[in-house]
Amino acid sequence: MNYSNLSVAPTARAAMPPLAAKVEPVLRVSGLEVTYYTDAGRAKALDNVTFTLNPGEKLGMVGESGSGKSTMALAMMRMIKAPGRIEGGSVVVGDTDLMSLDAEGMRKARLSKIAYIPQGAMNSLNPVMRIGAQMMDAVKSHLPRESRAAIEARCKRALQSVDLDPGVFRMHPHELSGGMKQRVCIAIGILLDPQVIIADEPTSALDVVTQRQVMETIDNVKNAINAAVILIGHDMGLMAQFVDKVAVMYAGRLVEFSTVREMFTDPRHPYARALIDSLPNLDNKGVFQGIPGLAPSLLRLPSGCAFHPRCASIMDSCRSVRPEPRVLAGGRSVTCHLYDGEG
Amino acid sequence: MTLKLAIRRLLFLVLVIWAASTIVFFIPRLSNRNALRERFGELARTGGFSPQDLEKIIASMQQQFGLDQPLLHQYWTYLGNIVRMDFGYSLYRYPSTVSELIAQSLPWTIGLLLVTTILSFIIGNLLGAVAAWPRAPRWLRLTATPFILLTGVPPVIMAILLIFFIGFRLKWLPLGGAYSVGIVPTWSWSFALDMLKHQILPALALIFGSVGGWVLSMRGMGITIQGEDYVNFAEHKGLTGGRIFRDYYLRNALLPQITGLALALGTVIGSAIIVEGLFGLPGIGNMLNLAIRANDFPTIYGIVLFITIAVALLMTLVEFIYPLLDPRIKNS
Repeated sequence: MNYSNLSVAPTARAAMPPLAAKVEPVLRVSGLEVTYYTDAGRAKALDNVTFTLNPGEKLGMVGESGSGKSTMALAMMRMIKAPGRIEGGSVVVGDTDLMSLDAEGMRKARLSKIAYIPQGAMNSLNPVMRIGAQMMDAVKSHLPRESRAAIEARCKRALQSVDLDPGVFRMHPHELSGGMKQRVCIAIGILLDPQVIIADEPTSALDVVTQRQVMETIDNVKNAINAAVILIGHDMGLMAQFVDKVAVMYAGRLVEFSTVREMFTDPRHPYARALIDSLPNLDNKGVFQGIPGLAPSLLRLPSGCAFHPRCASIMDSCRSVRPEPRVLAGGRSVTCHLYDGEG
Repeated sequence: MTLKLAIRRLLFLVLVIWAASTIVFFIPRLSNRNALRERFGELARTGGFSPQDLEKIIASMQQQFGLDQPLLHQYWTYLGNIVRMDFGYSLYRYPSTVSELIAQSLPWTIGLLLVTTILSFIIGNLLGAVAAWPRAPRWLRLTATPFILLTGVPPVIMAILLIFFIGFRLKWLPLGGAYSVGIVPTWSWSFALDMLKHQILPALALIFGSVGGWVLSMRGMGITIQGEDYVNFAEHKGLTGGRIFRDYYLRNALLPQITGLALALGTVIGSAIIVEGLFGLPGIGNMLNLAIRANDFPTIYGIVLFITIAVALLMTLVEFIYPLLDPRIKNS
């Protein structure tokens, strides 16, 4: 895939809010921390993650397996299960801090304020319930007073907006294809017009054609309800085409957060740079450049910057001093000692 | 459910009943015992017939029951009788017919087994489901443990322990029998109450014996199901805990248990023989026990066949309703 034609990627450009208008962010995540208390020790799966997202913006979250992408999604939904624990930080959607809600308040916030589209859409639908029933119980548990007919109409609208036939309403999950199941999950995600939608690798089990259709579906429904979308995944190519901003995670930390164009043309963090450099390119066909070394275990993080053993631009301070996120000119954020003097 | 499939199932049912009836026909005949000789020998000792008369009586009875015919001939006659559901006379309780005996004892057994099997199934599966549900209160999850321990106690021992402690030592409940000695069965509340009191200990013995099995299998199933993506997604959807438990967790975990219920129906009659015997209940299990001891084969045939047909019918019923519970099963 060729990334030199990024400037004409149509969907990503069109959705960008005009720079002049002052938009209030719809999602403000700050200082989010999650620790897993395992038998082998404490693993900090999420360390001081901070970023904001505007309505209508799409954020791509990338990083190696175990870098904290899915933990990030679960933490925002407050669905971290024991032995994991959210240790601090806030997730503000609109003007509600999710971390301050009680269990019942958080239950109501799920799907209505912040929706999650699951990773394994293949098994994410209850095999013994009709699609319609699984959509209606979701609405009913948030809008108990809405009439049955109104709920049904809402569900069918949602199915239509993901290009599914309303007849799917009466079908069982095993009668649908993988792509259709994923669309049903998306339809469920948008039932209550949430302000934030998190899609955790929504296309990882699908073929490329279906991937594109699903991504376009997400794009369309996002535009319809002007939600902020967080897309978690490995596929940089897919990201380049569909997102506005990219967040790069490494060992539980957000190491770089910038617009998709900045990320692909001028990545700042050495890990992000290595990630971009490792992508195949039309100009130097056949030459693949990997990142040396392996992602560190969260139980035994290297001292200082967790990336320093693999870093090409290592300095003395990297071994001992932990870098903090730094906001550079243009609003991008980088967690690296190289930019200690900037911002 | 297609008609063709229904016909195939019913044909299979007939095959099962034929196989069972054939096995049941030949097994008592393998022994050299003669029920008539034993019965009349007993009478002779008390009544004082001469040995010649006894031989004559037995010979005439043999003829009357068709027992003087070749075995294969008897088998054909027997098959014909089965088709007409006519099991003939009991050898031991002559002149009662086998059908009469079954009709007398059946209500006791159905009352006891149906209630205890359904109660065990409900209690065991709920406890097992709760024991595996991480959000259930701790005390509730621990309730399952004593029942799991009880699985190791055979029903005989359980029944004897119950009779000894609750019936004999504490004298809370009667030791056995279907109702108090000297009471004439009537349609009255006092009799119903008396009868119920007599059923509690046998019921407890049966329930304690089987709840643990349900708890164990349901807990195992529950642990698998609670890790499923759809249970997780249900929580992401913001459903209430109760709804997730009922519609997403319990409903899926119960599917294999329904199959287990069909299988349990076949084995439960075995525990009934023991428990009815120990408590002296006039049920079908006890009747079968006595018939086997007396080698009263018409009665054995009647009861075993009746049980076989009942269990086979119930299993077929489960098979027919299974697709309604799990839409993935398309009756293929």
